[in-house]
Amino acid sequence: MENFKKDFPLLAGSDIAYLDNAATEQRPRQVLEAEREFYNKYNANPLRGLYALAMEATERYEAARERVQKFIHAARPEEIIFTRNTTESINLVAYSYALSTLKPGDEILISIAEHHSNMLPWQMAARQTGATLKYLECGPDGSFPEEEVVAAVTPRTKIAAVAHISNVLGKVMPVEALIRAVHAVGGVVLLDAAQSAPHVPIDVQKLDADFLAFSGHKLMAPMGIGVLYGKKALLDAMPPFLTGGEMIESVTREGATYAPLPHKFEAGTVNGGGAVALAAAIDYLETIGMETIHKRELELTRYTLEGMKQRACIHVQGSGRAEDHCGIISFTIDGVHPHDIATILDADGIAIRAGHHCAQPLLKHLGVMSTARVSLAFYNTEEDVDRFLKAVCRVRREMGYGE
Amino acid sequence: MANRTFYNEILTDHNLHPAHKEKLPDANLILEGVNPSCGDDIILQLKVEGDEIVDGAFEGSGCAISQASADIMLDMVIGRTKEDALRLTDMFLRMIKGEVTDEELEELEEAAALHDIRHMPSRVKCAVLGWHTMEELFAEKTEK
Repeated sequence: MENFKKDFPLLAGSDIAYLDNAATEQRPRQVLEAEREFYNKYNANPLRGLYALAMEATERYEAARERVQKFIHAARPEEIIFTRNTTESINLVAYSYALSTLKPGDEILISIAEHHSNMLPWQMAARQTGATLKYLECGPDGSFPEEEVVAAVTPRTKIAAVAHISNVLGKVMPVEALIRAVHAVGGVVLLDAAQSAPHVPIDVQKLDADFLAFSGHKLMAPMGIGVLYGKKALLDAMPPFLTGGEMIESVTREGATYAPLPHKFEAGTVNGGGAVALAAAIDYLETIGMETIHKRELELTRYTLEGMKQRACIHVQGSGRAEDHCGIISFTIDGVHPHDIATILDADGIAIRAGHHCAQPLLKHLGVMSTARVSLAFYNTEEDVDRFLKAVCRVRREMGYGE
Repeated sequence: MANRTFYNEILTDHNLHPAHKEKLPDANLILEGVNPSCGDDIILQLKVEGDEIVDGAFEGSGCAISQASADIMLDMVIGRTKEDALRLTDMFLRMIKGEVTDEELEELEEAAALHDIRHMPSRVKCAVLGWHTMEELFAEKTEK
């Protein structure tokens, strides 16, 4: 097995078992160097200056957009809007598209498994427009049966917004069926791809998704760069989200005409270094290959799940099959609060997440207050998992329970 | 293996075998304290006669730190006056900021087992939940 950790300065320089990849991934040298190179060699305000350096900065920034376009197989580069993160991308659609199109009685369809960032913007949109917010419910294993998903779509469904992969259970939503059903009634679908873009190949045209949002930092890019994909016809018709510099064509005392896509939605100075580094992260990812990454993560997930199943006191949330987890395994331990689990593992240099994972309604639906969560990336090793398993088996003893 | 983590025997014992985790039917001061971000939830119940805390208990759920800290607090304040309990609370909160003398630390008895929580900023709110709830309980009573 190839040693990927050597590419990651943080992992190569410490003995941490980093198992919180669904929160944010680590960054390889290639990404850090790309950002540094942008500021060392091409730093000028992109899209603005009329001198060679500024044009070079613009070129790099726009090349990054084309890199993202190819990565998710969008038809045109102007369908890629750079944002700060998934949350901002979803808010852009909620404030711009939803507020300008929804009418009282219209329906927004989301699922109970959404991250708060794909829930609160729709609660806001429903409140402000008089639309109704409807929830798809999942079974105890976190699955959304295709026929139930399709049945939840009504002639009033104007927007459906769902996580492609759940950040708590790792389960994949049957998005193709949802998209077909929503399109059949004339609605649009937004996919929250925060947990899927780093792990499975995405083809927005094949999916026929109307909007798709993801964050750079969960895909080894720096924090503060994110992506919104939108179909050109939709984005063209939408009013701006933020207004100000860079997004105008001309401004008078009374008003302004806006710049064409994508700059209409990129007000203010852009995150040039972040965009360039995101392109480098995608290069790195595709050099390894999405297939290799997916296969490796499935192997690690299976290995982790098998180890966890050996202990009766550990309860995995959701399905028992590795294929249903995409590297994300939430669990509880009898008699031990998840925060205590995380603190005990931390003493052994093992980083996991514990809490409600920004998905309180889902945890309530599943009947748990909070969970601990281990989430894997391709650069993790069996040794990381072994350390986790050894420590997790010791948790109850540390907490004063007899064996 | 030696216990290398923060969870020493005092804490695990108060968490697994709390002396005061029960309903107090004749409580006359009751307040729920919650840490919304992590779900720690404590319903603090005190029976106060005049100025003296004659009995106390708590119900609820949460992490070991929040539960043990509340149990230790009740161990310490039952039988004391309100003023004395608030003085200990102030001392406890200062301990968490690293601002107590050795004599004060000694006076905090078992609560001193939470001394090192200040190295884990994300868990401080768990340790102080019970104590803050008691402070609020007395503050509310004074306002009336």
